[in-house]
Amino acid sequence: MQHDAVSQAVEEGADVSEAQLSDSPLAVRDLTVAYGRKPVLWDVEFAVPRGKLVGILGPNGAGKSTMLKAVQQLIPVASGRVLVFGKPYRTQRNIVGYVPQREAVDWDFPVSALDVVAMGRYAKIGWFRPVTRKHKTAAFEALERVGMGDYAHRQISQLSGGQQQRVFLARALSQDAELYLMDEPFVGVDAATERAIIHILQDLRSAGKTVLVVHHDLQTVEDYFDHVILLNMRVVSVGPTKEVFTSENLQKTYGGRLTLLDQAIHAAAGSGRSA
Amino acid sequence: MEWSVSDIWIVLAGSLSAASCALLGCYLVLKKMSMMGDAISHAVLPGLAVAFLVAGTRDSFTMFVGAAIAGVFTAAVTQWIHSFGKVDEGSSMGVVFTTLFAIGLILIVRAADSVDLDPGCVLYGTIELVPLDIRSIFGVNIPAAVIKLSAVLLINIAFILIFYKELKISTFDPALSTTLGINARLMHYLLMTLVAMTTVASFESVGSILVVAMLIVPAATAHLITDRLSVLLLLSGVFAVASSFLGHLAAVVAPTWFGFDGVSTSTAGMMAVVSGCFFLVAVLVSPRYGVISRMIHQLSLSLRIVREDVLGLLYRVEEPGRADPRKASTLLREVVQGGAIKRWLAVRSLRKAGKIVGQNGNYQLTPSGRGEAIDLIRSHRLWESYLAEKLSVSPDSVHEPAERMEHFLTEELREHIAADMEQEARDPHGKEIPSRHR
Repeated sequence: MQHDAVSQAVEEGADVSEAQLSDSPLAVRDLTVAYGRKPVLWDVEFAVPRGKLVGILGPNGAGKSTMLKAVQQLIPVASGRVLVFGKPYRTQRNIVGYVPQREAVDWDFPVSALDVVAMGRYAKIGWFRPVTRKHKTAAFEALERVGMGDYAHRQISQLSGGQQQRVFLARALSQDAELYLMDEPFVGVDAATERAIIHILQDLRSAGKTVLVVHHDLQTVEDYFDHVILLNMRVVSVGPTKEVFTSENLQKTYGGRLTLLDQAIHAAAGSGRSA
Repeated sequence: MEWSVSDIWIVLAGSLSAASCALLGCYLVLKKMSMMGDAISHAVLPGLAVAFLVAGTRDSFTMFVGAAIAGVFTAAVTQWIHSFGKVDEGSSMGVVFTTLFAIGLILIVRAADSVDLDPGCVLYGTIELVPLDIRSIFGVNIPAAVIKLSAVLLINIAFILIFYKELKISTFDPALSTTLGINARLMHYLLMTLVAMTTVASFESVGSILVVAMLIVPAATAHLITDRLSVLLLLSGVFAVASSFLGHLAAVVAPTWFGFDGVSTSTAGMMAVVSGCFFLVAVLVSPRYGVISRMIHQLSLSLRIVREDVLGLLYRVEEPGRADPRKASTLLREVVQGGAIKRWLAVRSLRKAGKIVGQNGNYQLTPSGRGEAIDLIRSHRLWESYLAEKLSVSPDSVHEPAERMEHFLTEELREHIAADMEQEARDPHGKEIPSRHR
């Protein structure tokens, strides 16, 4: 099983030479995470190319969010190496932007939208120093980029779900990172917000940034993502969407839970990519 | 009562310790870890006992070290049981602190029985004795407790000022905080160390029960009132100081209300009661969550509806072919619902606002009142038409829903509907839909 995963990753072009590794915004080697004795991620290996929108897909409990956290050392890992542009994550923290799931925080917290966005600047500001006007301006610009300038001084519980998600996105933008890791930014947002978010992601791509997005909606995968990582505890397949997003790979990833996904499979099969 | 110097020292000691607790309490409340204060304040007991047994002295520094270690130990073990034992945080806290507290009591009773480490004092405190233990600083006589608690408050204020943004982000979003290089776990343990230190410093004067109250209640009260972190911190401090002042006042004065002259009750206890009262008031009047603000909101909504109903009625009376010999006030009584008081208030406020004029119950619309009435009638009849035309509701049953909807249709929505209607001039009952007036 484990060998299969790796060899398949090699076939899909995931396992690459050391030279390419140092170029990749995010290369993960041999990443294993376990809660107690139960492995959640097993021997995860992949490298993503620069300037792409990358979708991370997989069934519930496949370890998608866990992987984003493990990559950033937010949870203990059993083994694994994470390289950001060829250097260990620890030294590259400042160029990695993170958008956690919206439920991860308490939205009754007494802060304004602008305060939350300004948090993205804290690494640049440094310990002990206050948030200066320069950083507040940068935060406000980020808010305007997501169309939330008018809501800067609202307390965050008075925002709708879609608006809250935009605030999170603005916070990541204000980090001014090279690599973005986003955990389900499209969950619980309205259609207009989803369009706004995808446009911003495309802008980021145009600016040469790399964005990894944990995603659920198989219908939109082909529209949104250049690359996909199919994950179910191990990497089932990784590579350009056109090559990897096939019904056969989806079968492998989602296993028996296919009834829900019939439509997506048919969509993939219909466009002649069925393996 | 007359305030003596002693009273001032007592209130000051209470204020200092309450404010120290309240400031840190803000972060505990925001972390949804209010009970951590409870846990740590009990669990430091074995820390104190062991520190005494090891060092053989009861001086402040030794006690601080013992308490700080016990506090961090409590936080760490709670975290460990929570994450590895898959026990929820509250239960794991409960297990840790009750066990440690029990060990602490046994240690004190068994090993340190001969010394002055009295569990009762730890629980209730002896704030009334504060003025007796005086130290001289620069020739001024100040109670030792006041000196100690001032130092603690200064340390806490400095901690919050220096780490303001670090505390904010690590409390709000620990994961992001850590990825930005601000280690949320480190901040958590720093905070817990200060909680332990503050707790121990406050024990002697106010006792652990009051410490728990002061760690939670002022912060929770302030959280009901403000949605800005800086104001939250400030308000919690104000509530803490006010509880201390009023608490002491009540402790001295309250017994006389019940005929116990020359007796005073526990200041620490009354402080907790007063801060509880503040919380109760905040629950009632809080602008966002308060019971009273919700009532006011409902009342003003129903008053607005009655006002609009009055305007609508007057408009209908003034329509051609609808002349009614009866007085407007008589009609109002028959048609407009909501009760006599609300009707009276509505008419009064409409007259004041210049929307209606008239004497002895013969009211008429002024031009501005007429404008508002047109909006309402237009909403009403458009909605009736919409229901009949688009949703095929029978004309007999469109009035009731329109009667409610007329108060909530915005102008934008109204014109949206109007643009969508084929029959725009008349409602299903054949009455004219007034056209837009602006």
